[in-house]
Amino acid sequence: MNAPPALSRRRFLTLLGLSPLAACGRTETAPEAASPAGGPAYGDTLVDGSIGDISGLIPNITSDSSSHDIGNYVYSNLVRTDKDLRLEGELAEGWDISADQLTITFRLRKGVQWHDGQAVTAKDVDFTYRYMVDPKTPTAYGEPFRQVRQAEVVDPFTFRVTYEKPYSPALQNWGIWILPSHILEGPWKAGVDLRTTPQNQHPIGSGPYLFREWKTGEKIVLEAYPKYWEGRPYINRIVTRIIPDQATIFLELKAGNIDMTGLTPIQYRRQTDYPAFHKTFNKYRYLANGYAYLGFNLLDPRFQDKRVRQAMAHAIDKQEIIDGVLLGLGRPAVGPYKPGTWWYKEDVKTFPFDPERAKALLAEAGWKDKNSNGILMKDGKPFSFTIRTNQGNQVRQQTAEIIQRRLRAIGIDVKVHIVEWAAFINTFIRRKDYEAIILGWGLGLDPDQYDIWNSSQTGPDQLNHISYKNPEVDALLEAGRRTFNEAERKVIYGKFQDIMAEEQPVVFLYVSDALPVVSSRVQGIAPAAAGISYNFIKWYVPQNLQRYTR
Amino acid sequence: MLAYTIRRLLISVPLLLGILCLSFLMLKLAPGEPGVIQQDLQARASGAQRETLRQMYGLDKPIYVQFGRWLWRAGRLDFGRSYMPDGRLVMAKIRERIPITLGLNVLELVIIFSVAIPLGILSATRQYSAFDKSMTLFVFVGFATPDFWLALLVMLLFGVQLGWLPMSGLRSLNYEYLSSWGQVWDFLSHLILPLLVASFGGLAFLSRLMRGSLLEVIRQDYMRTARAKGLPERTVIYKHGVRNAVIPVVTLLGMMLPGLLGGSVFIETVFAIPGMGQLFVQSAFSRDEPVLMALIVIGASLSLVGNILADISYGLVDPRIRVTGGGTE
Repeated sequence: MNAPPALSRRRFLTLLGLSPLAACGRTETAPEAASPAGGPAYGDTLVDGSIGDISGLIPNITSDSSSHDIGNYVYSNLVRTDKDLRLEGELAEGWDISADQLTITFRLRKGVQWHDGQAVTAKDVDFTYRYMVDPKTPTAYGEPFRQVRQAEVVDPFTFRVTYEKPYSPALQNWGIWILPSHILEGPWKAGVDLRTTPQNQHPIGSGPYLFREWKTGEKIVLEAYPKYWEGRPYINRIVTRIIPDQATIFLELKAGNIDMTGLTPIQYRRQTDYPAFHKTFNKYRYLANGYAYLGFNLLDPRFQDKRVRQAMAHAIDKQEIIDGVLLGLGRPAVGPYKPGTWWYKEDVKTFPFDPERAKALLAEAGWKDKNSNGILMKDGKPFSFTIRTNQGNQVRQQTAEIIQRRLRAIGIDVKVHIVEWAAFINTFIRRKDYEAIILGWGLGLDPDQYDIWNSSQTGPDQLNHISYKNPEVDALLEAGRRTFNEAERKVIYGKFQDIMAEEQPVVFLYVSDALPVVSSRVQGIAPAAAGISYNFIKWYVPQNLQRYTR
Repeated sequence: MLAYTIRRLLISVPLLLGILCLSFLMLKLAPGEPGVIQQDLQARASGAQRETLRQMYGLDKPIYVQFGRWLWRAGRLDFGRSYMPDGRLVMAKIRERIPITLGLNVLELVIIFSVAIPLGILSATRQYSAFDKSMTLFVFVGFATPDFWLALLVMLLFGVQLGWLPMSGLRSLNYEYLSSWGQVWDFLSHLILPLLVASFGGLAFLSRLMRGSLLEVIRQDYMRTARAKGLPERTVIYKHGVRNAVIPVVTLLGMMLPGLLGGSVFIETVFAIPGMGQLFVQSAFSRDEPVLMALIVIGASLSLVGNILADISYGLVDPRIRVTGGGTE
């Protein structure tokens, strides 16, 4: 549970908003470590350590990052993001958007083959689409596909979708894993649960790696697909070892038995900072694709007053949390987007650490210390509430404790309650039975955040669980979906960010760094805005440094 | 003896049913539902999946209907399919893991008993000697050392610093390329650290028990009689002493089984051993009820079998019990 974002491999995940990667690459290790003694060479095995086993091999119906990581090696998507987090075609060579912005026509690459030799065609895309919208499909990612009014296979290499209304987040949603219709369509039509088909145990994909073996609870073995359309990957084999304990993964890494994994801040800063480690591993660091926040239940009248929320923002020292808990490996969040994206607005209103200002705002809102016990009162009730967060995430727990102390200093009595994840979601989030929470959002690579902030999305299974309602925001989120024009969208989402900053519907806390580490024998890693895994197929180990020859 | 055995077996049937009923209720009362395993809420994931899953698994039916259905199928050893997206048969998932966990536990028991009993005897016969005192120290350390800490220490020492032993998993990555003997050694070497850590606490506990039991027996009248009739000390201790002293220790064999299974949860997680304990943890976090229930049934059955074995072995080593037919409960 307590996994730092696992080194998530290839680019595309991020499009679906699934992976915790990306942005402003920085390498900590000096590049002089292990100078490449040879050019790119095929061969060698990379051993990865994963804290959780995969839950299946049709990633479209799984929701855990381990399964998605493996899915990204084995399957291809229609579109993906490049190193600068821009959309580009993968199975699609390109796409055209009609003048009325209702129709997207994808032109598919010719000559791409499934791992069993069959051609990848528009039929596969069409099947994937129909599988995603089938109400019987247990997928969490079907909703955006239901916006499609009509999908048609124009010819074997042209696929066209028409929407009811212009729907600009659509493109990123086509970053879904394309499934082989020649294998799955038959069983699906016969009403078979696709989870029970061989595809879920021995998948045939079209991605850069062939599936070889899944030994449950032990390992997953993948092998380079020589006929991958972008060229054969250099690294011959990927073995993902399943080690359910973070400490064990780290010890195996130190012993050199694992070649790559994600580090926690303390491992990154204190436990890997010795010469032998620097010699055998390269550490990387870039902003992860998500942020943590202190959320309030806005159905609670105390939190409906904007001044109260602003006061909390002033009372909390974000830098203190980043320095103390993340050991400096992150940066303060000022809004709901990741810095560095094209829609990110730099100059929004911020709330510097200022307890006096916080007290003044609370006094304005009617919260005063009436019996001088240090706790603010209003209408005869003390200002006291509980912050809940999930168990197994030490960073969040420590953040809660720091916030507790800071809020106590301005006269708010806070209790902290740690709850196991499944119970946390079911008992508190779904029933909206909480006062405040510390949670994180993993982000998609489109500015659309309709599902999180729109007032129509406050049902028990919907994502606006804090019940934020603002007609102006509703209109902006709606407008942002209705145009593909980047300049227009930038203006729309700029306004949205200004409102978010002013209103502080949640206190945006921090964006943490992803901290992957990779064996220094691996060459060709080029950190970019998208992180390091976007060019995995170009990673290589020079002949003389190869470790696993068989 | 036969009647006694049959009676013990019959009693365990309602006991098992009771355990199942309670576990099912407890699972249902625990907050959380299947399908939530990711840490962050994802901006793109919708909740529509939840209703689909609920209907698919019959979670929308009343609890007693769910329990009845489950019991009906479980009676025929059909535990259904896992709630995880792999959709595999529960029995298939468990079958591949049972030998690993049982094998480890049997080895563990063998080690504990074959080391603890001699240690206990030596301590008792040399009471207050340097050996006995150092054993006492060892026992206190054994009791006081948390497993998880010991596990990390031995991994750090033997795995990272010295590099002598593998730290996790059951096989090396190059396993299939090794010779047959190489494979055997590879497999065994993976078991050393987990077995060491898993046996440590039990060893301390059992050797202490053996020592105490023997010390008590040594003071008995019949021991004095044995010595008085001129038997050599060896015969006195081993034939008259140990045989009587071992009775309470042997009965513990059965009692220790559930504890060991519980310990597997931890050992298998830390050492990345794909056994039932690891499956239990995973299934608990993902609320994979069919797998959890099947594991509980198996665990409960094994514990019951352990208890029955303990009772029967008690009867075997102590004739008084099978004559009077008194149970241990």
